[in-house]
Amino acid sequence: MGEPLLRVEKLSTHFHTRRGVVKAVEDVSFSLAPGKILGLVGESGSGKSMTAFSIMGLIDPPGRVVGGRILLGGRDLRLLGPEAMRQIRGDRIAMIFQDPMMTLNPVLRVDTQMIEAIQAHADVSRAAALERARDALARVGIASPAERLSAYPHQFSGGMRQRVAIAIALLNQPELIIADEPTTALDVTIQGQILFEMQKLARESGTALIWITHDLSLIAGLADEVCVMYAGRIVEQGSVDEVLDAPLHPYTQGLIASVPSRGRRGEALHQIPGMTPSLLDLPAGCAFRERCSRADGACAQDPALSSPVAGRQVRCFHPLIQETIA
Amino acid sequence: MTAFVIRRLLQSVLVLALMSLLVFVGVYAIGNPVDILINPQADQADIARAIAALGLDKPLAEQYLIFLRQALAGDLGKSFTYDVPALQLILERMPATLELALTATGIAVLLGIPLGLWAGLAPDSWAGKLITTGSILGFSLPTFWVGLVLIMVFAVELGWLPSNGRGPTTELFGVPVSFLSWEGIRHLILPAINLALFKLSLIIRLTRAGTREALLQDYVKFARAKGLTNLRVVGVHVLKNIMIPIVTVIGLEFGSVIAFAIVTESIFAWPGMGKLIIDSINVLDRPVIVAYLLVIVGLFILINLAVDIVYSLLDPRVRISEAKA
Amino acid sequence: MMQREQTPLARIASDFGQSKLALCGLAMLTAILLIALFAPLLSPQDPYDLAQLDVQDSRLPPGSKSGSGLTFWLGSDDQGRDILSGIFYGLRISLMVGVASTLAAVIIGLALGLAAAYFGGRTDGLIMRIVDIQLSFPAILIALILLALLGQGIGKTIFALIMVQWAYYARTVRATALIERRKEYIEAALCLALPPARIVFRHLLPNCLPPLMVIATVQVASAIALEATLSYLGIGVPITEPSLGLLIKNGFDYMLSGKYWISFFPGIALVLTIVSINLVADQLRDALNPRLQQ
Repeated sequence: MGEPLLRVEKLSTHFHTRRGVVKAVEDVSFSLAPGKILGLVGESGSGKSMTAFSIMGLIDPPGRVVGGRILLGGRDLRLLGPEAMRQIRGDRIAMIFQDPMMTLNPVLRVDTQMIEAIQAHADVSRAAALERARDALARVGIASPAERLSAYPHQFSGGMRQRVAIAIALLNQPELIIADEPTTALDVTIQGQILFEMQKLARESGTALIWITHDLSLIAGLADEVCVMYAGRIVEQGSVDEVLDAPLHPYTQGLIASVPSRGRRGEALHQIPGMTPSLLDLPAGCAFRERCSRADGACAQDPALSSPVAGRQVRCFHPLIQETIA
Repeated sequence: MTAFVIRRLLQSVLVLALMSLLVFVGVYAIGNPVDILINPQADQADIARAIAALGLDKPLAEQYLIFLRQALAGDLGKSFTYDVPALQLILERMPATLELALTATGIAVLLGIPLGLWAGLAPDSWAGKLITTGSILGFSLPTFWVGLVLIMVFAVELGWLPSNGRGPTTELFGVPVSFLSWEGIRHLILPAINLALFKLSLIIRLTRAGTREALLQDYVKFARAKGLTNLRVVGVHVLKNIMIPIVTVIGLEFGSVIAFAIVTESIFAWPGMGKLIIDSINVLDRPVIVAYLLVIVGLFILINLAVDIVYSLLDPRVRISEAKA
Repeated sequence: MMQREQTPLARIASDFGQSKLALCGLAMLTAILLIALFAPLLSPQDPYDLAQLDVQDSRLPPGSKSGSGLTFWLGSDDQGRDILSGIFYGLRISLMVGVASTLAAVIIGLALGLAAAYFGGRTDGLIMRIVDIQLSFPAILIALILLALLGQGIGKTIFALIMVQWAYYARTVRATALIERRKEYIEAALCLALPPARIVFRHLLPNCLPPLMVIATVQVASAIALEATLSYLGIGVPITEPSLGLLIKNGFDYMLSGKYWISFFPGIALVLTIVSINLVADQLRDALNPRLQQ
């Protein structure tokens, strides 16, 4: 196994807006070994995208990474200057965004957008870069790639555009790919295909993958490890099988229970009562307190991450341990 | 693509015909055609002869057809003041106005886009704020007042540049231009800057707003995530996206530059079409007014057409959907 | 969700107050409006009362005293009139023409834009054709043509300015109204068989007003500038009721001989008016623009 590829330690990203400080990411820590897939799960506003952008160094003012370390192969990315960080982006770490229509520039051709990604990191001729682009498109399953290259993004369907985005991510053979809800905007059938292909590509090339999603069921078949985020913090962490079979945090349990399942046909759909708190106005103590059936006076304090079971972490004063001791 | 051009050309001809009708109605039916087409200082006998010759005693519809026929043949009446065909007068003055307008537009574009980009990329820096304030000033200050100040400062106080007139001209492809000589340029500078100011401010504001909006878009974040340099992100991704609306505006506004040249030409006594029309209005030389209207309308229609074509060339989404249509 | 809620008005006001410049503009504008309103009370001299004028006082530099002991703070013009007073009265005319024409143009544009959006079909097509054709020509040209045909005069100038502006409002109102019309609450109102007038006035109208207000504010400045330009060219207001533009024109010939004040100070007054209106309008637009909210 050896040294993890990526180690994030106590990462915190705050936004200083006129209406107050938004702690979008607070005290987030996880590590990822080469070739492994990590699922980052949470609702909108839980901080998962912000975590990704923090790692990439793409947080714009009024946001700022205010604490923690981001170690890529042992080097702290936060200590790097802008030019050094630029060289890492797209080369050692690549990112796939959620909506490919908005992320591909509509007025530039696809080949332009792929070639520039290559030429930004290596002194490669246009012809050579074009060939690499063509191969990358073929790898992600796009037919007649040569023609497709001279087209514009709006001439592609949604699924194909996302494949293009994946191809771009793979161009420079990165060590890590961060995929931010890449299939949310796509049809279910395409979703399945892309998931399968991403998993295959990751295994084949030994690239580590962080898959960000709000859909817990996606993670089940895809990831090795999972981090559950809520209101900017990690509330549970562990291997996928263990977390899904026996969740420790009430929120995780609520998420799992909310997924409609064939086995419970005819039952009322489960809901976690209440709403996600606004990050501007977080209640003191555990952020999940107001919606949790297990909350009591102790929860008015900020819970720290603890490890009640080996290999797993949870941020809760009342983890669901009883249930796991069967 | 050709189908598109032909369609637009036909539309343009239609609009031109419509405008000629409007001008005709404005002059013949609303105004007093006798005053407009016949020199009021002519004596009775001449007037009677002119009326017959111009067919003013015929029904309106017939008069319009005669007007059209004459207009198509290039005859738009004779100037009262100069006693030469009005159209000829205008065409003689056109190169001066076009030279001024093109120089002004050039200044506005070459300065405006870089300054606007700078202000958009760093809106809170002192430079960004300075540029923004400057553009607000340039936009709001009336052109004629700026011209006055320019004359006051550069011509009267400092004596560096002449305050009126056009410099010596030389022939370029048969058209007299003045920018080929230093003396000509000296005369061109102040009026061109004056005329450019409004447009410059407009371009700065548009570019700045466009840049600020573009920077918030996902494709910019994605481009940076690919590890592209800032230079490339701004110079290629952002610029190409904001150029489309900006070029459209520049093109459409070119017509208004020509219109505003009226003011600049008056202040600096620049011998172009604009000065001609003002002088004509003041002495009621109506045939020139009518001829000027038609020429300007024609010019505008041409400009609008050119802009539409250029726009479709720039925006691939428009071009491809037109091709499919 | 617990959140500190500001009323929309308070938020707009606080967003507006973000810019010191805009606040300065607002202060300046208020001062100018007050001067214009109370010109007869504030002016040292009534420049149109011929009995008060003495041609011996003509073309005196700023700070000089007249024969009757009056100080010409900004100098006097070729007829012995106090420039400062002339500016106060000129501001009145300039502002009146600008505001009156904008107001009338807004009303006409509002009516036609709403009509086009509400009735759709042929009415819409016809109105918009006219609007498009008119908007493809620059304002100054249209005003020029109209005044060339009609002649000089305040009323005619106001008319020309109205004709120049209405099309822009009509198009803006129509665009906003069309968006609103498609919204569900209008469908609901239609289902309830509310009378058309009520739908238009109670529902469509209030939603079209905010963008209109920003535009109208800017346009007042443009109208003032346009009137000044037209008067400067000699085709706007008559000499008997000079606006700032005409004052500037009168002084132009004296500029080259060094008597700059006759043109310069009215020019400054004009510029301050226009700039302050634009500063206010600009910040107002930013404060109301949803796309720049974070």
